[in-house]
Amino acid sequence: MAKLVFKRPKTLKQVISHYCPGCGHGIIHRLIAEVIEDLDIGEKTIGVPPAGCAVLAYNYIDVDMAEAAHGRATAVATGIKRILPDRIVFAYQGDGDMAAIGTAETIHAANRGENITCIFVNNGVYGMTGGQMAPTTILGQLSTTTPGGRDMARDGGPLDLSEMLALTSGSVYIERTAVNSPKNVRRTKKAIAKAFKSQMANRGFSLVEILSPCPTNWKMSPVDSHRWIDKVAASVFPLRVIKDKTEES
Amino acid sequence: MSEKVLMRGTHVVAEAAVRAGCRFYAGYPITPQNELPEYMSDAMARLEDGTFIQAESELAAINMVIGASIAGARAMTSSSSPGISLKQEGFSFLAAQELPAVIVNIMRGSPGLGNIAPSQGDYFQATRGGGHGDYRSIVLAPASGQEMADLTRKAFDYADRYRIPVMILADGMMGQMMEPVLLPESIDPRKLPPKPWILNGAKGRPSRVIKSLLLDPSVEEAHNWKLVRKHEMIGREISDAETDLMDDARIAVIAYGTAARIAKGAIKRVRETGLKVGLLRPVTLWPFPEKVFRGLDESVENFLVFEMSTGQMLEDVKLSLAGRGEVHFYGRPGGPIPTPDEVAKVISRLYHRQKL
Ligand SMILES: Cc1ncc(C[n+]2csc(CCOP(=O)(O)OP(=O)(O)O)c2C)c(N)n1
Repeated sequence: MAKLVFKRPKTLKQVISHYCPGCGHGIIHRLIAEVIEDLDIGEKTIGVPPAGCAVLAYNYIDVDMAEAAHGRATAVATGIKRILPDRIVFAYQGDGDMAAIGTAETIHAANRGENITCIFVNNGVYGMTGGQMAPTTILGQLSTTTPGGRDMARDGGPLDLSEMLALTSGSVYIERTAVNSPKNVRRTKKAIAKAFKSQMANRGFSLVEILSPCPTNWKMSPVDSHRWIDKVAASVFPLRVIKDKTEES
Repeated sequence: MSEKVLMRGTHVVAEAAVRAGCRFYAGYPITPQNELPEYMSDAMARLEDGTFIQAESELAAINMVIGASIAGARAMTSSSSPGISLKQEGFSFLAAQELPAVIVNIMRGSPGLGNIAPSQGDYFQATRGGGHGDYRSIVLAPASGQEMADLTRKAFDYADRYRIPVMILADGMMGQMMEPVLLPESIDPRKLPPKPWILNGAKGRPSRVIKSLLLDPSVEEAHNWKLVRKHEMIGREISDAETDLMDDARIAVIAYGTAARIAKGAIKRVRETGLKVGLLRPVTLWPFPEKVFRGLDESVENFLVFEMSTGQMLEDVKLSLAGRGEVHFYGRPGGPIPTPDEVAKVISRLYHRQKL
């Protein structure tokens, strides 16, 4: 008899994806669903999706979910977690959401050491609104509002929010991963699991930044998008553990 | 147990909130309401299940309140005019997602930074929903220390009953004023009726979603009609106004909050000179107490709207009177507080000019 080696986690709803071909959000949703199932926390997890392409995350991940206004997910997650400290609360945010309009909420949630987990999807553009420059857009990268490429003098350089968050006293675990190869996908799953476990152990603020392909707005094939993450994006945003104090008491 | 105490307005609201079962407060400092968060920081720390957060901004504060409300808590934030502007996005989300929350606005002189003197300049902003979109929020206007307590209790009850944001609209004068107040009895929030819509982890039930993105235009329309029906019900059930000395009145002075107190002093003075003048004081600014206007005796044909603004409630008064009688206005924008003598002169002049 054939052995079952791969199945849909039950926390992932059986629906047709609305994401563009090659988009990383679907992979990340799946990884979150798998981790929730592995840790058996589906009945005590509350997610906060953002305004952004992932706003419909609740159509896929089968846990309680509350949509936040653009940039405000960590503040909403803070309110939920403070009232229900024994639940697992995560915010799922894009790079525009988290590193531009929501910078203040994110930095202060980290600094207060809110015991929540942020899934920070860095696709280098504003996906939902059609591919404008994000704070994470790389110098020279084309977007609909940087038609000549992002320019240091005009636009400033790419913002490394994760590094900034690592400086705050309340953050305990920050890692940057990617979902452009099987190996990186596995690493990302591990990082998400570690962040959730850190929250379950009441350690404080955890965040996983995930470099994620957006072939539609990058105007590349999915395969080229994956290569571009390795060659370009990861040289500006290196894949690494940025901060890990989870072992300290 | 209820007890009578001497307290300033901001402390009354804070204590009444705690007694109403409020267990979550988030806010950002701004004068003239700082005593309210200061009181809450202490009160919440004394409670086993209380949370106080000094947020990084009003924007963050209102979104924390949204989170606490989603998780089922009675939650409150407070601010003054410029900070309320920053919270407006959150009010719209509260309304759209049908979440209860209590917001206190201790109004100050505006626009811009303005000053910290009392004002009633945020009437339009408050009564027209308070943020973007087609909705309303309940707005309560206390005019005494006692009402600061009683309306705070009502604010939490209404918020939960109708799943709607409720604003307590007062000003720096109401906030600072010390008056003896009979505080309401404490409610144990665990004994409040359960909220079957909150998010607390999908244990033994299907998962829930709280959202406001309604991509299908017909679904969005249906949702807005649902809100309208709720607004109509609220209008029927809670609209409220006080009338005073209206039985023989030839002029009705219309004022709310601090302005109503000043008007009362002015009416007392003109009554001493034999003028027949009464007061109509809206307590709910939204829903506006139209019924009370329609129920006024036909003999009242002159209405003097008095506000500490350049004329905002004036529009609702005109709409409620629907062309009946003559509507006059006296107002001064935020800053100097008009005196009862000053308003008494305005009333007398009007009385004689109209040959009443
Ligand atoms: C206050 C506000 N401003 C702007 C928008 C429009 N908007 C929605 S999503 C978004 C940016 C999305 O980009 P990102 O956060 O990077 O997520 P992605 O869609 O790329 O996953 C913007 C600007 C909004 N919804 N609310």
